[in-house]
Amino acid sequence: MDLKYSPQEEKFRAEVRAFFDAELPTDIRTKLQLGRRIGKDDMVRWQKILFRKGWGAVNWPLSFGGTGWDIVQQHIFEEERADACAPPQNPFSLKMLAPVMQTFGNAAQQEYFLPRILSGEDWWCQGYSEPGSGSDLASLRTSAVRQGDHYIVNGQKTWNTMGQYADWIFCLVRTSSEGRQQQGISFLLIDMKSAGITVRPIIMLDGEHEINDIFFDNVKVPVQNLIGEENKGWTYAKFLLTHERSGNAGIGACKRALKKLKEIAAEQMSNGRPLIEDSRFRDRIAQVEMELMALEITNLRVLSATAREQRALGPEVSVLKIKGSEIIQQLAELKMHALGHDALPYVREALDMAWVGNPLLSAHYRSYAPPITGQYFNQRKTTIYAGSTEIQKNIISQMILGL
Amino acid sequence: MEFNYSEEQLALQDTLQRFISRDYDFDKRRKLSASALGYSAEAWSQFAELGLLALPFPEDFGGLGGNAVDIMLVMEQFGQGLLLEPYLSTVVTCGGLIRDAASDSMKQKLLPQIAAGTTKLSLAAYEAAGRYELSYVGCTAQETGGSWRLSGRKTVVLDGASADYFLVSARSSGKLSDRDGISLFLVPRDAKGLTVAAYPTQSGARAADLQLENVALAADALIGAPSRALPIIERAVDRAIAALCAEAVGIINALNQATLNYLKSRKQFGVAIGTFQALKHKMADMLIAAEQSRSMAIIAAVHADLQDPADRHRAIAAAKAYIGQAGRLVGQHAVQMHGGMGVVDELIVSHYFKRLTMIDLSLGDADYHLASFSDSLRPAS
Repeated sequence: MDLKYSPQEEKFRAEVRAFFDAELPTDIRTKLQLGRRIGKDDMVRWQKILFRKGWGAVNWPLSFGGTGWDIVQQHIFEEERADACAPPQNPFSLKMLAPVMQTFGNAAQQEYFLPRILSGEDWWCQGYSEPGSGSDLASLRTSAVRQGDHYIVNGQKTWNTMGQYADWIFCLVRTSSEGRQQQGISFLLIDMKSAGITVRPIIMLDGEHEINDIFFDNVKVPVQNLIGEENKGWTYAKFLLTHERSGNAGIGACKRALKKLKEIAAEQMSNGRPLIEDSRFRDRIAQVEMELMALEITNLRVLSATAREQRALGPEVSVLKIKGSEIIQQLAELKMHALGHDALPYVREALDMAWVGNPLLSAHYRSYAPPITGQYFNQRKTTIYAGSTEIQKNIISQMILGL
Repeated sequence: MEFNYSEEQLALQDTLQRFISRDYDFDKRRKLSASALGYSAEAWSQFAELGLLALPFPEDFGGLGGNAVDIMLVMEQFGQGLLLEPYLSTVVTCGGLIRDAASDSMKQKLLPQIAAGTTKLSLAAYEAAGRYELSYVGCTAQETGGSWRLSGRKTVVLDGASADYFLVSARSSGKLSDRDGISLFLVPRDAKGLTVAAYPTQSGARAADLQLENVALAADALIGAPSRALPIIERAVDRAIAALCAEAVGIINALNQATLNYLKSRKQFGVAIGTFQALKHKMADMLIAAEQSRSMAIIAAVHADLQDPADRHRAIAAAKAYIGQAGRLVGQHAVQMHGGMGVVDELIVSHYFKRLTMIDLSLGDADYHLASFSDSLRPAS
């Protein structure tokens, strides 16, 4: 047992940190620091910088142009990324689709799509949920009917995060209604420029456009865009979800949020003293810090066990997903509470970098304040998406405990 | 003991319910919130006609002589309908304060105007560095030859965007956070030296920050005795808290109803999701929270009119802390059980959730009032 990083790992951390210091564009860093809106252009610009360094895909093997880093290196990178206020990379392409394509895709698919993901050329979104199929994903109804060299796709996908930016969408579609519903699902790659696709924005409770409905009306998809075998899509879908959830612990983001919370609590005043001196509030910070200390190690234990045993990630990622989402929510909530009255203003334009501030408000209304309440509202999604907490607990109780 | 409303009170409740279902649906509310004013001027006139704006005032001043229980009933409906009008600030907080503490001439001038819907007021008592501490007053009041000059800042003044007058606390003697030395003034919005920076709030209403630079006021702008205003302000805020608790109860019940409907209608895995035990138990917890919150809101209302500050404030602090916690549980559970539908702007659920969250953060959050209640904990007897 040793929780210390090796000298090589510390050296690696220094290298990563130096790279962020030198290469992360200041305007992007400032947006992240202040919680302002970031767009596709910011994320793509950053992806291209990482790509040039050879760090375009930290979780991919070397053979596909990834870094080939081990679990600890990936963890260090993610921690440094969040701390440096670098944007996250598109998780849909790099962490969800790519592992599926590398494992179940054919050579032509791998050769065409993976380099374009790596270089930031293609933006992918996820077509899983449907209005009637959320937790019960396997009941999905979007249909793909084979006609010669094409599938004809009809239906609706929902909660498509950043789908408004997407060049491509990977979709679970129904190719058969025979047998168990899981047995009639296929995994299809669809060009968002195809005729018959409509993207409708969904405004979230924080007033922001992050997610969409996507409608498919007789969309023609070439059969070579099928991943693996027809009607085997559920297997690939579950494989993808496990990868998605393994990223949901979000240790780096939690650590960054904890740091921010402490800064805010030191800055905000209560009866003329810094709020952090209030033991009641400090206890709340301490409580969540303990949870995070534990989760960081749990996360590394789970990931290194799978790596050592050379097996696929299993249902234990549900533990990481539940805890990670709860912690990020608690941190968002505490940041909001730290603001006190300053949590009430909704200054929408303050989320743009162009906002210069309201001279009267700025006397006490700090630059960090505008996004915080909205972030608390927005983060309620984390215990809902990628399989709700209730679904994760079902997975733990059935798959791990055998109940 | 009597736990039921009188027939008169039930009639008032019925009137309000009918008004909301007829004239104040969610779509209308959304448009009002996005409008320049941020609420319905038309509704405000109707409230005046219904006597709602005169409810807590003495009959001598054209009021209906209502008490905090009547206000509870009104505010519960405000919660249910997510009403945006500045009733809490104008009628409950400032109207109540003027009723209790202002001179007869100020009462004669303002109470009928409030009742008629022509004048609106907001309490400007909090400052940024004080957080929820009403005694933390850095804004200064200097007296020279019978008139006053005020300078300083007030933060997040609820409903301040549309107020015609502000009730401003300012320090006339003593140090920051001293309980003594605070005076209270009626400041017209157009007073020279007063700047009002208005903005929307996270729950769709409006608030404002105030900057006062040598604002000159005549002697009759003072409310109560100089340097002795804190108890008056605390009493008004306690009454406002009782009203907020009632608003929260209205929202909690509305959220529970919406969530229950969703559990019965939303199907996954071939059955209504309300058949899953994990969700049933959450819903049961929400029902318990609603019942307990209603009891706390009743305790708050019954104590809100008490003059004895210790008894009154103890009950109010307990209610605000408890309902802050219960509102958090109900809001978060309601969103969670609605899944993706809980985090979209399109459904009223997220708007109820946001309002409950803002209620907790207004006039002292659950932790602040828990500390207050805990500090006044009574020894075992």
